[in-house]
Amino acid sequence: MFDFIPSFKPFESLFRYLSQYNFWTDFVAFCSSFNGFNEAMLFKIAEATDTTIYMVALSGFWGTIIGLPIGILLYATRKGQILECSSANFGISFITNIIRAIPFVIFIIWIIPFTGITMNIFTGTETYLGKEAAVIPLSIGVAPLIARMVENALFDVPKGLIEAARSMGATPFQIIYKVLLPESLPLIINSMTIALITLTGYIAMAAAVGAGGLGQLAIQYGYNSYKPAIMNTVVCILILIVLIIQYIGNTIVKRVTHH
Amino acid sequence: MIQLQHISKVFEHKNTPIYALKDINLTVPQGQIYGVIGKSGAGKSTLIRCLNLLEKPTSGKIFFDNQDITQFSNRQLISIRRKISMIFQHFNLLSSRTVFENIAFPLELSHTAKSVIKKKVNALIELVGLKDKADIYPANLSGGQKQRVAIARALASDPKVLLCDEATSALDPETTRSILKLLKDINQKLGLTILLITHEMDVVKQICDQVAVINNGELVEQASVGEMFSHAKTEIARQFIQSTLHLTIPDDYKARLSAEPKEGLNPLLRLEFTGITVDSPLLSQIAKQFAVDANIISAQMDYAGGVKFGLMLTEIKGSNTEAAIQFLRDNNTTVEVLGYV
Repeated sequence: MFDFIPSFKPFESLFRYLSQYNFWTDFVAFCSSFNGFNEAMLFKIAEATDTTIYMVALSGFWGTIIGLPIGILLYATRKGQILECSSANFGISFITNIIRAIPFVIFIIWIIPFTGITMNIFTGTETYLGKEAAVIPLSIGVAPLIARMVENALFDVPKGLIEAARSMGATPFQIIYKVLLPESLPLIINSMTIALITLTGYIAMAAAVGAGGLGQLAIQYGYNSYKPAIMNTVVCILILIVLIIQYIGNTIVKRVTHH
Repeated sequence: MIQLQHISKVFEHKNTPIYALKDINLTVPQGQIYGVIGKSGAGKSTLIRCLNLLEKPTSGKIFFDNQDITQFSNRQLISIRRKISMIFQHFNLLSSRTVFENIAFPLELSHTAKSVIKKKVNALIELVGLKDKADIYPANLSGGQKQRVAIARALASDPKVLLCDEATSALDPETTRSILKLLKDINQKLGLTILLITHEMDVVKQICDQVAVINNGELVEQASVGEMFSHAKTEIARQFIQSTLHLTIPDDYKARLSAEPKEGLNPLLRLEFTGITVDSPLLSQIAKQFAVDANIISAQMDYAGGVKFGLMLTEIKGSNTEAAIQFLRDNNTTVEVLGYV
């Protein structure tokens, strides 16, 4: 369920592959000239990067699975919309606001019992530690953000298009998946980019409950045992991850925009 | 084809009712182009939205093919809407779909087979004259081309009626003419009934068979276009007709115009010819009988629904202008003395 890419270790594998070659020893020697670095640390950073990417991807996926339908419902149940239902709208909106109101670092601790129970159901061990367990609070934490951004994206679809679709005899479901979603796709992708970048930040906080990843590395080596070189490396990697997410997002948006 | 009986629509705004439509009765005969004209806020948009029940009328009945569609369930409505197509002022094309995909949209909604869609859409693209534009996105089309795509899309579901909601109001005059010509062609080729709403009498004049005037939510006048242009009964209808005739007093006349008759000033007349008077040589008759000279400042003559009508601005000089004016009035010409110059 949470581990459908079990051997996701691209950077660790890359480093292992490179370590066969001669220049690897020179590279390790160069790195070791900085305080705190050695070959084991290089592998640790690679592994932490893998873990972070794994968590971004997986919680981004589950966050979307939860957040997208909620966002659509938030929009569609509004007054005057295709599935108008004020009580449903109020309920969904209320829950979304509550989750968004709790600072993530507190939220992640608050739902530890729930995380444990869910992990027990899916993996058989009641734990809240590790990257798999962290995906649960991360997905739930990012889902309301995605939902609100999707709602906003749908707001931007001109009302006339919905009216035109209705005049052609479209059902509410057809309006959603043939008009609203395709028309707001560029904005939704944009929202996803923002959500993934936010997730990268959340993941550093998830280190607080032992999720691992770059955040943990930064706390352990940068904060607990003061090693600026490691801290700076971690920061650089995080910046790179964010830049790459942004670049990929922008490229896709450009592809799917036709106006 | 379509019959409205006692249609009323009331909107609640901050607990005060707003009457958008008041007891509208209207019959659109099969195969005709029916125009509904009104100023903005008159209720024409509400009226056209009631026809396919995008807006549910507060009371009244709408008959389509002798069935009262106000009693239909949502499921029945969806199928009836495929028979009543609609085009809009702002085209409402899907920006994420190409021209081809936009036209295919209503067919996809009714789960038509891919091969059928392809054949049909290509035929429609040809019909509206956009053969080389099939794979272009709407963002790269001009307003007129967009409306052509919208028309093709509206025709895709083989409708019996086409509703046009201010379809040419966002287009320049020349494009408007070409779109109206296309609508007329479709009306004749496919026998499609068209109901269009507009605020421009020019549109009505160019393609409509019948016209209804709507004002403050009430249908005030209803007639064939020729009848309306020759014998408009209400003031609002006359205003619309006059708006198609672009006749204004030139500035230098306006500056000299005085409201009261004075020695040495000549009356400035606005003459309205309709029906038979258009063809009578009235001006030369008054010249002969009353020895008045007519100085024509501007004049316009037009056709609508097979009826000629005209408007003229003229200054008449002579000693017996009063009698000349009376003579014109006696011969069914509307004479308005605008002042004296």
